[in-house]
Amino acid sequence: MRYLPLTPDDRRVMLAKIGAPNIDALFRDVPREAVVPLTAFDLPETKGELEVERALAKLAAKNVAAGAVPSFCGVGAYKHHVPSAVDHLIQRSEFLTAYTPYQPEIAQGTLQVLFEFQTQVALLTGMEVANASLYDGSTATAEAVLMAQRLTRRPKAILSGGLHPHYAETVETVAGLSGVVTRAPVTPGAAEDIAALIDNDTACVVVQSPDVFGLIRNLRPIAEAAHAKGALLIAVVTEAVSLGLLESPGAQGADIVACEGQSIGNGLNFGGPYVGLFAAREKFLRQMPGRLCGETVDASGKRGFVLTLSTREQHIRREKATSNICTNSGLCALAFTIHLSLLGEEGLARLARINHARASALADRLARVAGVELMTSSFFNEFTLKLPKPAAPVVDALAAKGVLGGVPASRLMPHETAAANLLIVAATETNTDDDFAAFETALKEVLA
Amino acid sequence: MSMNNQGRPSQPGVAQDNDLPTISGDRGLDLEARLIFEIGRGGVTGVDLPDVKVDDTRLGGVRRKGAVGLPGLSEPEVIRHYVRLSRQNYAIDAGLYPLGSCTMKHNPRLNEKMARLPGFGDLHPLAPRAATQGALALISELMNWLTTLTGMPAVAMSPKAGAHGELCGLLAIRAAVEARGEKRNRILVPESAHGTNPATAAFAGFTVDEVPAKPNGHVDAAALKAKLGPDVAAIMLTNPNTCGLFEGEIVEIAKAVHAAGAYFYCDGANFNAIAGRVRPGDLGIDAMHINLHKTFSTPHGGGGPGAGPVVLSERLAAYAPLPLLVSDANGFRLIEDRDELPPGAKPFGRMCAFHGQMGMFVRALSYMLSHGRDGVRQASEDAVLSANYILASLKDVMSAPFGDGPCMHEALFDDTFLEGSGVTTLDFAKAMIDEGYHPMTMYFPLVVHGAMLIEPTESESKESLDRFIAVLRGLAEEAKAGKRERFEGAPRYAPRRRLDETAAARKPVLRWKPDPLPQAAE
Repeated sequence: MRYLPLTPDDRRVMLAKIGAPNIDALFRDVPREAVVPLTAFDLPETKGELEVERALAKLAAKNVAAGAVPSFCGVGAYKHHVPSAVDHLIQRSEFLTAYTPYQPEIAQGTLQVLFEFQTQVALLTGMEVANASLYDGSTATAEAVLMAQRLTRRPKAILSGGLHPHYAETVETVAGLSGVVTRAPVTPGAAEDIAALIDNDTACVVVQSPDVFGLIRNLRPIAEAAHAKGALLIAVVTEAVSLGLLESPGAQGADIVACEGQSIGNGLNFGGPYVGLFAAREKFLRQMPGRLCGETVDASGKRGFVLTLSTREQHIRREKATSNICTNSGLCALAFTIHLSLLGEEGLARLARINHARASALADRLARVAGVELMTSSFFNEFTLKLPKPAAPVVDALAAKGVLGGVPASRLMPHETAAANLLIVAATETNTDDDFAAFETALKEVLA
Repeated sequence: MSMNNQGRPSQPGVAQDNDLPTISGDRGLDLEARLIFEIGRGGVTGVDLPDVKVDDTRLGGVRRKGAVGLPGLSEPEVIRHYVRLSRQNYAIDAGLYPLGSCTMKHNPRLNEKMARLPGFGDLHPLAPRAATQGALALISELMNWLTTLTGMPAVAMSPKAGAHGELCGLLAIRAAVEARGEKRNRILVPESAHGTNPATAAFAGFTVDEVPAKPNGHVDAAALKAKLGPDVAAIMLTNPNTCGLFEGEIVEIAKAVHAAGAYFYCDGANFNAIAGRVRPGDLGIDAMHINLHKTFSTPHGGGGPGAGPVVLSERLAAYAPLPLLVSDANGFRLIEDRDELPPGAKPFGRMCAFHGQMGMFVRALSYMLSHGRDGVRQASEDAVLSANYILASLKDVMSAPFGDGPCMHEALFDDTFLEGSGVTTLDFAKAMIDEGYHPMTMYFPLVVHGAMLIEPTESESKESLDRFIAVLRGLAEEAKAGKRERFEGAPRYAPRRRLDETAAARKPVLRWKPDPLPQAAE
């Protein structure tokens, strides 16, 4: 086996040193009835690289990659061009095969990356502090709600109807245990009156912008309404590139920001691994979940970085920790920060403008198709169309014609009858005019 | 001095000490990296994009007014920055990385290549069913490997890391307890447990009750049984445990737990010691997460991403979270909504958006197919053999608190051997850095004083193990001989000397900020 360096001779010599007659002797604490022969496992035997590559390539070939056809799926996962340098750098052995930086003297690479990442996330979201990443946007949102419940000592979280339904379900799963999670009604293409739902038991309101239908929400009045009642505003962003064109949640008064960072530096990966961005006001620092990297000096006075404030964390604080998270999304955070370093101020602004322009052009084009109506008056790179018939079979028919034509809203909210005909469509810098033409033609044919 | 014919000296000369400060601050191949915010500037970018203008008509009145504040860098500057940073990291590719409980084994590059196949890496999670059949088939195959290796009937794939898997298991247990119309709020956790165990139990709304360890490093089964009662929902036991020992009374413990109406959660962080030899399902376990980034070698990436699928017993299988993977005549399908559930399914909720860490699934399956069942078993045996070899080779100079019998995949030492030397576990660990090694896990588990937990994994050759042993023997002897200076100042040969963690926590600086503008002269 190519990954195992010990030879049969080595094993004999080592057993002799140990004083064990055979390998079984080392497993002597295992109850006899629990020891099984190899044949108990109905699994294949070892394979060479070539065979494994063949087997997995065969499975991969059964999927339709986003880059292989005109593709317009979004809803929390976006196809963007990732510069070649990103994937090259994250495969450097020293980044890829290092552990969490528990020994800072020999992990300054990872630690400085995290410090720079935290700075970028804070700048992008308009917040004062950010952590070193959580698993993804949905779990970051759930952590934000728990943090708000701790900070306010109030039980209730109110979720906007425009919050990605998977995010809402993730929040309900954990924040519903000790608190109350209320969902506002779903109002496709419009903002619900969420301020009216805030009461004195409300810990937080959770509002996604752009929302799951693509509509841009104005957070400022919601922040004011929440603060007037002593509640916090949690802003959720599922498309990080939008922050290059839209006012940051921090500037609009958000207290905590939970953001999915996949669309900067990370591939679609069928849903994971992604990277959760988590930022907050500095006064809430001690209640933040996850790792934090801080600046310090070493014994010779040189600047260096360490993991800090770990008295919030599980390995020190155990059952009193702010979260149980340990492993987070280090390498995805690295990809995010490299891509954002490459973009810089001007690159991010241009990328965001291109995305908006592409989506705007596609929306105009598709809205001219007979029977199709544009539901979202404002949007970043994703919008919702109302079709003259149910969207789910339309998407399947489009796929049969070689177009991945967005996500039917009914896949995410099958109980919302008003959503049955809604199609959520994303366009990015990766979509060409030919893609648009193919989509328009296929949609006309399917709706005819 | 001899000269070659261009006048270039060809003799090495006399070595001077290496404390000479350099003008640049760099030292040969030890290159410093300033922050990107200190290198970057306006008007530069590493990505060429057209300058498209957009109007505000569709931006909902919230177009960004100010700059983000990001620095601009060209591609060569970005590459150089991250390459320089990378060189300040230790990595398993560079040397032995014996972090106990963390399992730093070799990360095969084939797995990286497979995860980047466009059919996996560039696949949208909400693409139509017909476009994702290969991905769903891969998940199904990985599920088969996990359930077969563990002897458990079901597995929940969506948890994103070990602690997330613990949460998934405890939420399934909570749902099962509630379905029986019972109220059970207490979780028993041994004091040797990973910090995530009590943190997860609290996260899931339970109270934590600690179970002591016996002097031999095993959980005190009698104390554990005495704590069982009608309010206990579950125990969380790590097996092999964090002292590197197999809990021999586990079957008996499971029986007692079940008789008391509770569930048995096993922390599977150490499954890599027994995979292919022992099936947790045979031990009476109800739920166990598997860290794909430990046992199945998906890279740790400097702190993630991981993946923590949870295998579930018959008693808990019905409560697995959404989405569920099923197959019918038309192929594979994800059930993402409660209205479509198969008979008997009662999911407790959803762990995250989409369907789990697909990128890690591909890598893990690639690892499994490469090893095969025989290779998985051999890997476990080699990991256990290597740890025992280290234990046997060091227990005369270091102190092994439970060294009488064999260990599993990690060898535990305490700081008794350093008594009176003035050298602490921390000093010892930092001295290892100067010797070119990543230190072992220190001060964990909490049940021994000054713990040093060494996990060599199956990835080391005998020559590599012998060299490591020789270095640790040498360090132990130096410490005992009172040569404190080697330890107190360590590390000397790392990119940084010891860092001031107290200062970092006292006045946290968690992000770069521009220097304040100089005040205009009055």
